[in-house]
Amino acid sequence: MSLNLILQNLANGLSLGSLYALISIGYTMVYGILRLINFAHGEIFMLAPYFLYYGVLIFHLPWWASFLVAILLTAVTGIVSERVAYRPLREAPRISVLISAIGVSYFLQNLAIVVFSGIPKSFHRPNFFKTIFQFGEIRIQSTLIASVIVSTIFLIILIYIIYKTKTGLAMRSISVDIETSRLMGVNVNRTISFTFAIGSALAAVGGILWGLRFPQIYPLMGMMPGLKAFIAAVVGGIGNVPGAMLGGFLLGMVEILYVAFLPALSGYRDAFVFSILILILLFRPEGILGKKVQEKV
Amino acid sequence: MLKIENLHVYFGGIHALKGINFDVPEGKIITLIGANGAGKSTTLRTICSLVKARNGKIKLKDEEITNIAPELIVKRGVALIPEGRKIFPNLTVRENLEIGAFIRSDREGITKDREWVCELFPRLKERLWQKGGTLSGGEQQMLAVARGLMSRPKLLMLDEPSLGLAPLLVKEIFEIIQRIHEEGITVLLVEQNAFAALKIADYAYVLETGRVVLQGTGQELLGNDQVKKAYLGE
Repeated sequence: MSLNLILQNLANGLSLGSLYALISIGYTMVYGILRLINFAHGEIFMLAPYFLYYGVLIFHLPWWASFLVAILLTAVTGIVSERVAYRPLREAPRISVLISAIGVSYFLQNLAIVVFSGIPKSFHRPNFFKTIFQFGEIRIQSTLIASVIVSTIFLIILIYIIYKTKTGLAMRSISVDIETSRLMGVNVNRTISFTFAIGSALAAVGGILWGLRFPQIYPLMGMMPGLKAFIAAVVGGIGNVPGAMLGGFLLGMVEILYVAFLPALSGYRDAFVFSILILILLFRPEGILGKKVQEKV
Repeated sequence: MLKIENLHVYFGGIHALKGINFDVPEGKIITLIGANGAGKSTTLRTICSLVKARNGKIKLKDEEITNIAPELIVKRGVALIPEGRKIFPNLTVRENLEIGAFIRSDREGITKDREWVCELFPRLKERLWQKGGTLSGGEQQMLAVARGLMSRPKLLMLDEPSLGLAPLLVKEIFEIIQRIHEEGITVLLVEQNAFAALKIADYAYVLETGRVVLQGTGQELLGNDQVKKAYLGE
C-alpha cells in the first residue's frame, strides 16, 4: 500500500473519529453522572440534521442560522427527554432507567418516521462542503476537514466548561457523590439538565457533520453511529470525558484502516467494531483512560 | 438559632426519631451524644433535609426549614460536615474548597476565606493541588471541615469529626472546633467521643434510641453518674 493511500485513510479515519468523539461525549457524561447508558442518544443525534433540513427547507433560514437553531432544538430535546423519562426514575433501580432509555430511543425513532416519513431525504450541502482539496496525491473532501476542525473547537469548549467553570465543578462533584454535592448547595437537577444539554448539543454537531459527510438522512440513521460512539466511550473508559474523545478518534481510525487493509472483509466492518467492544469488556473493562476511583475511607 | 420541635423520622417501618426536642442558641457549642443507632446522625441529616421528617418542625431563626431542598439549607447558613468526611476524591483540594463555596459569588471573599482555612489547616495549604483522594484520613477530615467553612456558615454541624482519627489528631480537631467557635460560628456537634465533646460543649443532649433522655451543661453531664457509666466508661 502506498504512503499516499495510508495518509488518505488516516485523514478519513481522523474525520470519522472526530464524529464518534462528538457523539460519545454524551454517553460518557450522562453515564458519569447518572450511571445510565442513554440509549436514546443516537436518536438525539438523528434529530439534529432533520431540524437543520426543515430549518432551511420550510423556514428558509440561512444555512448557518439553521445550524445554530438545530443545535439548540436538539439540546432542548435532550433536556426534555431527561425531564420526562429519567428524572421521575431518579430513585428507581438503574435497570428501570435503562429500560426507559430504550423506550425513549424507540419512541423518537418512530416519531421521526411518522413526522419526517421513513423515506430518506437528501441533505442539502452548501457548495463549500462539496469542494475537494488536493494535497499532492491525497484528495480530501472539505467536509472531512470541517468535521475535524469543528469537533476540535467544540471539544476544547467542552474541556473548558468541565474543568474551568463552576458548572463543570458541579458536574464533576455530582459524578462522585450526589448527596454531598447537594450539601454544598449544588442544584443537582439543574446540573443534570445542563449535562444533557451539552451532550445533546455535541451529538447535534456530530449529526449535522454526519449529514454533510453522508448526505442522506433517515429516521434510523442514529442507530449505528450511536452504538459505535457508545463503544468508543467504553473503549476510552466510560465516565471519562478525555477517554471518550480518545476512544472516538481511535475507533474511527481503526474502522477506516480495517476497511482499507481488508477490503474483502469490509462488509464486516460493524462486526469488527463490535468485536472490539467485546474484547475491551473482556480484557480491560475500565477502558483505556478509565480507572477505579481512588477512595480512602 | 436552631430549634427542633417534636421531630419524628421513619426509615420504612423503623421509627428512628421519636419526637426529639432541642435548642441550639446562637454562639454556643451544643453536642448530641449517644450510642450507635441512637439517632444522632439522623438528626443532623434531617436538619439538612437529606432525610425527610414525617412530623415536627425544624426552625432556623424562627423560620421553618423542615423538608426544604438540601441545597437551600446551606444558602441559609447551615453547613454539615458529614460523617465519613465525604470529600470529593476526584477533585483537587483547591477544588474541594471551591465547591464548598459553591453558593457564593464574591470572588474576593472566597479567596480570603481560602487563605483563612489554609491558616487554620496549614497542611491543606501544602496540598492545594493534590487530589482529595490522595490525602490521609486526618487530612481528609481537615479538608471536610475547611470545605464546610467555605460556605461561611452561621451554624456548623459536625457529624463524628473524630471518627477513625489518631488521638493526637482528635485533640487537634477539637481545638479547631473551639477556634471556629471563637470566630462566632455556632456549633452543633455529634460525637461518640463523649468525653471530648462534653468538655467543650456549652450544653449537651443525650440520645437513646431516638429520644432525648438526658440534657444539661457539658460540666453537669460529665459529672452525671448515668453518663459516666454508659458513655465515659467509668
